[in-house]
Amino acid sequence: MNAIVKKQRKRKSRKKECWFYHAMLFVPVVLLFIYHFLPIPAGILMAFENFQPGKGFFHSEFVGLENFRKLFVLPDTWVALRNTLIIAVEKIVCNLVIPITFALLLNEVRVKWFKRTVQTITYLPYFLSWIILAGVLIKFLSPGSAGNPGLLNTILMNIGIIDEPVYFLGSNDTFRQTMVISDVWKNFGYNTIIYLAALTGIDPTLYEAAAVDGAGRIKQTIHVTLPGIAPFIALMTVLAIGNVLNAGFDQIFNLYNPAVYETGDVIDTLVYRLGMVNQQYSLSATVGLLKSIVSCTLVLISYKLADKFAGYRVW
Amino acid sequence: MKKTKGRIAFQIVNYTVIILLTVSCIIPILNVLAYSFSSSQAIIENRVSLLPVDFTLEAYKFVMNSAEFWRSMLVTVVRVLIGVPLNLIMIILVAYPLSKSQLKFPARKWYVAFMICVMLFNGGLMPTYFIVAKTGLIDSIWSLLLPQAVPIFSCIVMMNFFRGIPEELEESAILDGANPLQVLTKIYLPISKPSIATVTLFSLILHWNSWFDGLIYSNHTTNYPLQSYLQTLVVSTAQSMQNMDADSMLAMMNVNQTNMQCAQIFVSIIPLMIVYPFLQKYFTTGLTLGSVKG
Repeated sequence: MNAIVKKQRKRKSRKKECWFYHAMLFVPVVLLFIYHFLPIPAGILMAFENFQPGKGFFHSEFVGLENFRKLFVLPDTWVALRNTLIIAVEKIVCNLVIPITFALLLNEVRVKWFKRTVQTITYLPYFLSWIILAGVLIKFLSPGSAGNPGLLNTILMNIGIIDEPVYFLGSNDTFRQTMVISDVWKNFGYNTIIYLAALTGIDPTLYEAAAVDGAGRIKQTIHVTLPGIAPFIALMTVLAIGNVLNAGFDQIFNLYNPAVYETGDVIDTLVYRLGMVNQQYSLSATVGLLKSIVSCTLVLISYKLADKFAGYRVW
Repeated sequence: MKKTKGRIAFQIVNYTVIILLTVSCIIPILNVLAYSFSSSQAIIENRVSLLPVDFTLEAYKFVMNSAEFWRSMLVTVVRVLIGVPLNLIMIILVAYPLSKSQLKFPARKWYVAFMICVMLFNGGLMPTYFIVAKTGLIDSIWSLLLPQAVPIFSCIVMMNFFRGIPEELEESAILDGANPLQVLTKIYLPISKPSIATVTLFSLILHWNSWFDGLIYSNHTTNYPLQSYLQTLVVSTAQSMQNMDADSMLAMMNVNQTNMQCAQIFVSIIPLMIVYPFLQKYFTTGLTLGSVKG
């Protein structure tokens, strides 16, 4: 008798708790529903109609696959797709290799204050917005006018690497490389800290054992350090797959100009220009929809792989 | 450890590479800082590199008196003061229930499915814009707050932290007659201070650095937050300049602007510098808390 009452009471309190949980989630879910969920069906609708703001989502003219057809014959689409893939893949590779190398180098440093100072300085650009950094880079990389080049061009000309100022942000020969390098520049301090954390997790007795077996520093790095952080590197690589269609809108939007659309225009900037500048709302929404579908698939695949190989779970 | 010749040579190379990379990180920023303290004449004559030439506070005096700058700064400050607490409340509201097991909260899986859906599938720029417009937020500060109110990544960080708290604490509190609200406020929140600090800093940085929403959701530049204002000031001018011929470029390159732009850039960084020690301390803890688990 007593036990049954207790059980009932427990169930009752559990039910009460659940109502409490539902109540907590109500406001955030409503906000997410309006601002993050509703745009999904709205975008799908827009992709199949000739959307006009005055007529709204439900009364604009339905055009079937017309937007998709337009998109496939538009040369800008293919240029943007190619640029996105090239810039994104180069960024992914460089953002893996350079921070790992830097972390390995920094790991060899035994002077504590030096290590800390280096981390403090390299970590800083990560927190500054691309607006600030664009302002900085535009001045730093400027080819200048009337013999007034920016600092980088001045340095390079003084050392004798180049004879004339390079248009880092204004020429199709250099724009992509500038994007990749400046992205690494912004993020490598932050990424290095992630890998340093992984390096400190390696069991020090492994190094001792390797040293006893006669392994030098280089061999220790190859046979102990790299295998030690390999799962972590694999995980970061797999998670990066989901970013193959993100070439970095904030950065490119603030640094590109019509002269480099050929090599610098990416999907996100195309979506912006089609929608906000040219007012081809439906075409813009169609590009966005296709990008979302592909990105979402890639992220799901990468999570699946990460779960399988590294036991990594987000939820 | 015995220091061999090779080891010493390696360390010399190692330190050189590290110092070079570190210096390359800071040089562009120092360069712009030097511009902001230099006279316009020195900048025109291209004499400024890493140290100010003809030291002057002219540019900073201009910024201090610039109504546009301070108006956009005010928008950003208001945005941070409302946005960060709002984010924090939303994060706790989401993270606490979802940290409960499926057994205790059977509906959890539906909420999680919904979160994953909105996290992975992006509605896209134009549909989001029209939805925000439909809800009447254009030109209002709420267009910068409501769409950003629930940062899902921070919710995950917080949820994972809550999950690490032993269930026995909650059970014993309930036996003592605590209701769910008391369990949350008296037990969970006090021991979650480090991760609360982490997500607070996440949303502080997010709100301080956001510029795109301000740009598209405001029809009037008077509603621009700081970063959007700087975007039009620093970036848009430079972009339009690259399409001009040399003469009109020179005419527009009222170099006076250079040191003033640089000064505004630096005043906008100062608040970040003040919280930088905390950022260093908590950003990485947040990472290890949030994502990778054994």
